[in-house]
Amino acid sequence: MTTQTSLAQTVDPRPLTRSKLVGDRVCVFYGAKQALFDVHLEIEENRVTSLIGPSGCGKSTFLRALNRMNDTIENCRVTGEIRLDGEDIYDRNIDVVELRARVGMVFQKPNPFPKSIYENVAYGPKIHGLARSKADLDEIVTSSIRRAGLWEEVKDRLQEPGTGLSGGQQQRLCIARAIATKPEVLLMDEPCSALDPIATAIIEELIDELRENFTIVIVTHSMQQAARVSQKTAFFHLGKLIEEGATGDIFTNPVNKQTQDYITGRIG
Amino acid sequence: MTLGLIALLAFAAAAAILFVVGMQRANALAGAQISSLHSTPVYHGSFLAIVSLFPAFLLGLVWAAVSEPLADFVVVRGLGTDFDALAEPDRNTLLRFARAVAAGTADATSEIQQRAADLFQRIDQISTWGIAAILAVLILGGLVFGWRAIAPAYRARHVVERTVMALLIAASAVAIVTTLGIVLSLIFESIRFFEKVPFFQFLFGTHWSPQSAFEGAGAETSARNGEVFGAIPVFTGTLLITAIAIFVAAPIGLMSAIYLSEYATPRVRSIAKPLLEVLAGIPTVVYGFFAALTVAPLFRQFGSNIGLDVSSESALAAGLIMGVMIIPFVSSLSDDVINAVPQSLRDGSAGLGATKSETIQKVIIPAALPGIVSALMLAISRAIGETMIVVMAAGLAANLTANPLDAVTTVTVQIVTLLVGDQEFDSAKTLAAFALGLVLFCVTLVLNIVALQVIRKYREQYD
Amino acid sequence: MTDQLMSQYATAETRSIHTTSDARGRLKRRYRSEANFKALGVAALATAILFLVVLLSSIVWKGIPAFVYNFASLPLDVAGVDRTDLAKANYDGIVKAAIRAQFPELTSRGDTRLVASLMSSGAPTVLRDQVQDDPAGLDRAGAYSLPISDFADLYLKGQISSSTTSTIAATATVRVDGDKVTLTFPAGALATVLAADAVPANAATPPRQLLATDLSLLVYVGDVVVKADGLTTTTVSGAAILGDATKLPASVNAVRLRSLVVPEASRKFSDKEIVWTDALVERGYVRTGFNWIFATKGASREAEMAGILGAVIGSALTLIVTLALAFPVGVAAAIYLEEFAPRNRWTTFIEVNINNLAAVPSIVFGLLGLAVFLNFFGFERSAPYVGGFVLALMTLPTIIIASRVALRSVPPSIREGALGIGASRLQAVFHHVLPLAMPGILTGAIIGMARALGETAPLLMIGMVAFVVDLPNGFASAATVLPVQIYMWADFPEPAFEQRTSAGILVLLVFLVAMNLTAIILRRRFERRW
Repeated sequence: MTTQTSLAQTVDPRPLTRSKLVGDRVCVFYGAKQALFDVHLEIEENRVTSLIGPSGCGKSTFLRALNRMNDTIENCRVTGEIRLDGEDIYDRNIDVVELRARVGMVFQKPNPFPKSIYENVAYGPKIHGLARSKADLDEIVTSSIRRAGLWEEVKDRLQEPGTGLSGGQQQRLCIARAIATKPEVLLMDEPCSALDPIATAIIEELIDELRENFTIVIVTHSMQQAARVSQKTAFFHLGKLIEEGATGDIFTNPVNKQTQDYITGRIG
Repeated sequence: MTLGLIALLAFAAAAAILFVVGMQRANALAGAQISSLHSTPVYHGSFLAIVSLFPAFLLGLVWAAVSEPLADFVVVRGLGTDFDALAEPDRNTLLRFARAVAAGTADATSEIQQRAADLFQRIDQISTWGIAAILAVLILGGLVFGWRAIAPAYRARHVVERTVMALLIAASAVAIVTTLGIVLSLIFESIRFFEKVPFFQFLFGTHWSPQSAFEGAGAETSARNGEVFGAIPVFTGTLLITAIAIFVAAPIGLMSAIYLSEYATPRVRSIAKPLLEVLAGIPTVVYGFFAALTVAPLFRQFGSNIGLDVSSESALAAGLIMGVMIIPFVSSLSDDVINAVPQSLRDGSAGLGATKSETIQKVIIPAALPGIVSALMLAISRAIGETMIVVMAAGLAANLTANPLDAVTTVTVQIVTLLVGDQEFDSAKTLAAFALGLVLFCVTLVLNIVALQVIRKYREQYD
Repeated sequence: MTDQLMSQYATAETRSIHTTSDARGRLKRRYRSEANFKALGVAALATAILFLVVLLSSIVWKGIPAFVYNFASLPLDVAGVDRTDLAKANYDGIVKAAIRAQFPELTSRGDTRLVASLMSSGAPTVLRDQVQDDPAGLDRAGAYSLPISDFADLYLKGQISSSTTSTIAATATVRVDGDKVTLTFPAGALATVLAADAVPANAATPPRQLLATDLSLLVYVGDVVVKADGLTTTTVSGAAILGDATKLPASVNAVRLRSLVVPEASRKFSDKEIVWTDALVERGYVRTGFNWIFATKGASREAEMAGILGAVIGSALTLIVTLALAFPVGVAAAIYLEEFAPRNRWTTFIEVNINNLAAVPSIVFGLLGLAVFLNFFGFERSAPYVGGFVLALMTLPTIIIASRVALRSVPPSIREGALGIGASRLQAVFHHVLPLAMPGILTGAIIGMARALGETAPLLMIGMVAFVVDLPNGFASAATVLPVQIYMWADFPEPAFEQRTSAGILVLLVFLVAMNLTAIILRRRFERRW
């Protein structure tokens, strides 16, 4: 477990980055059932933060709270504060559409729209009016696909439907789609759980590259993955944030007994 | 009919008796050891009823269907050349009248009628006795066989179950028989029509006035009828009214479905959806009444107020109300296909910061498009086949026009006017209704098959 | 990270392209189109529901009055009725004499005929039936109440014309010259109650002739009613149409003027008939009651004698046949397809076939019925059993599809449980699955029956448009059904028939609502979630 050669520990020239997103006393309720209890977590800028924990521990719930995707679920209620650049995103004045443009999301199952590859990526820039001309848009689409590492595979078939790609390609298309909107934060909800190991490896590399420009939060089931891609790790259990810290510390030297049990495979 | 009813009741009574008899025999054979029976007494009773009556019942059904045509055939043979000399309509009259004479409800007025009547009477006597004898043999034979067969080890249940299974299969074949009946009757009558009116002149002729049709045979009649049975104006009228209806129903139905499935609170949905269903449950004759007596006069009045000449049977009024009728049809089908679009696509779009309407317009509708198109195709098929609204609110005159304020006629209106009140089934006029019916059936069938196929594919895509 | 650092970063400039004023402006526009789109949805839904409300309320509005009717119980001269043979009497003469006796002053042939037409032409038949039912009533005054004519009834329901009545307080002088009555009012008195443009401007202008196409003005003086035909600044003149004008005093107070909104030429109920009808009401002979004729009779060319019962019975007979055929066959087919049929090309074909059959236009089933049942098998035209056959074929796909859904919703564990204790597959289905699926099947069947009840077109094809006066008494007797009756009534031009049509629709809708409610209750009551 501790012998992982982690990308995270090798690169991090900046000593301390500022907190991009701060969750403060966050509780989430589904109807009468409480799913998250008083979570306090800071997401640092240009770092990858991974949320780990057994199924149903609340990690996905917390992730979805970060760009208010929970709003689409009936009976869901969030208390506490989540601050993006110091501003509470649950404040009445915050616009949820703008918020989601700034905090993008990639989902567990690849969900390309049933449109062409080009249209999939162009969708975000189009609705947000980011491109002034067709050339602009072309530029955004190509650069996004390039950065998602998909360019070589799809450059000759941009007009073909995105649903015709393989699973790994679809997920990279979804990442390209998300970064084309130029978000500040990218949320990833188990982005590799539906993919084979090779596709997973490609996406993990991609995540590390994207750290340059984006703040990334990733929910993952795989502790190896968390160790490989993230600089900071937070462990959730039964709706509570048990422990957080630098990824290296969490995996080599967990403070909490539950964390230790989980990473050594005793609970999960 | 009453005779048939009595026969059915008699059969039921016989079945009940046989059932009890069979049950008692099985009980008697089993004695105290009821578990020695392979099948329960109920099955033995049913078995006895089935073997005794089922063959007879089948024969009775067949006989009821074929006895009349058979008698006709024999009589025609018996009359020989005298019958052949008669013209087609006279032949049917003769047969009908001769039957009445044979039944004693009329007196013969000619020698050939008397001959035919005598023949009918003889056939009737012979066949009645004959069939009664055969039935008796069948029933008794079955009874004896069944009685002997009943034994503790006898697998009566298997026979009963096999019979039930056969009945189930027969029931599911009824749908096929119905379709076959529709297709055959339409095709046969249409072929007779196309003997009188050339096929292409019917399909592509631009003048429709069946009232001025000629009767009789010969090339001249055929040519003349070809001129008055040109169905193009009828088709264009149908298309015009259908187009108006879809123009009304498609946006309203689709937007309602979108609102209900994407925006409405559960409370609004629980009220509005049943209301739309009420709209679908109103009989079309009610819509027709409303169109003809309320909407059409209103349009006419309104038109004359602003200086437009609106016909009192305008395509607009009929089309509008037909549109209202198919709103719930469009909305419930669209609702289904919109709900079939997976939530992940909505989330994906929302996650990119799209507003709800952007998600709907740019993701959900394109994704649901095949389903929506086929819903509209089904709606079109529905509108084309709709009868009462247009019969009551659209016109009879076949005008070749695209002006929605004029009166036009439709396929269904023509079918109804050509057939209602007319008892002569051999004229080009009545046969034309079947030709129109064939066109209607084919067009709606194609629309339905394609639409159902597309919807099925669409559902599989997201399942 | 400490709070100090936090606050330091919180003030840092945000660099996102999504928070620039440009982006905010775009967002505002996007929200506007969002609101517009949503409004469009609301508008569409509201339009659809508005149509429903307008449709139903217009029918209820028109139909409700047809459930009540005005009956007159005039004093009858029954001396001529032979008590031993009640059917034979001249009831037509009795009714005519009774109504004429109310207006002895009418002498011209035209007037006596017109006044007799205030009673329904069906009144003698009704009287005969009532006398036969209750002979003792012959010796009791007002024992029999007979329907008045449909127009008189419409008038009393306020559907011919509204009117305004005003009283002139001044004293008027009366001059009677033959039939002609002239009332002279003080100057200016007429103008106080009539519209300024109705009265001629000054004495110099010639008297205004009141034609049938314009103002209809009735003058009530004592017991006399004068229909005005001339109007000057100070006088009103015209013929007396009710009462004896010669008995009027030379001067009168409190003359009432009544003007009818609809001109006489635009209605089918003349001023005379209006005044006479009013007189009958004033004398207390007319009473409003439940329209039992509508509820208990068959078709008729006379609106007031037309009833809905014949069509209701016809519909019931037809639906009984439909149900008796479609239900067992439909359920059997569904059981086979859902429980036993192997998945092969044949069953797929049957399924496709059933789905398509469900979408075939109903009129095509009518053509099938005409070609096969009437022409080939030679069944009777207009007979409910033939209608039942046709509707059964039409309803069959609906029942099969609904039954299959119901059967499918029974979980496999039920079948396995039954098979596990040694039941045959057939026993498993008939003893366990079918009873559990029955509520769903019944719901589907009721909805199918409701559709069949509202169906018109195929029944037109097989001659159920027959004009049937007598109530149908069997499956083979000529009959019509509710929707066809509605269709036929809608074709009659008389306004009273429009009311009957709407009332007929209401009856049909009541049956439909009842059936659908039953289906809903059944679903609610027995619905099971597995």
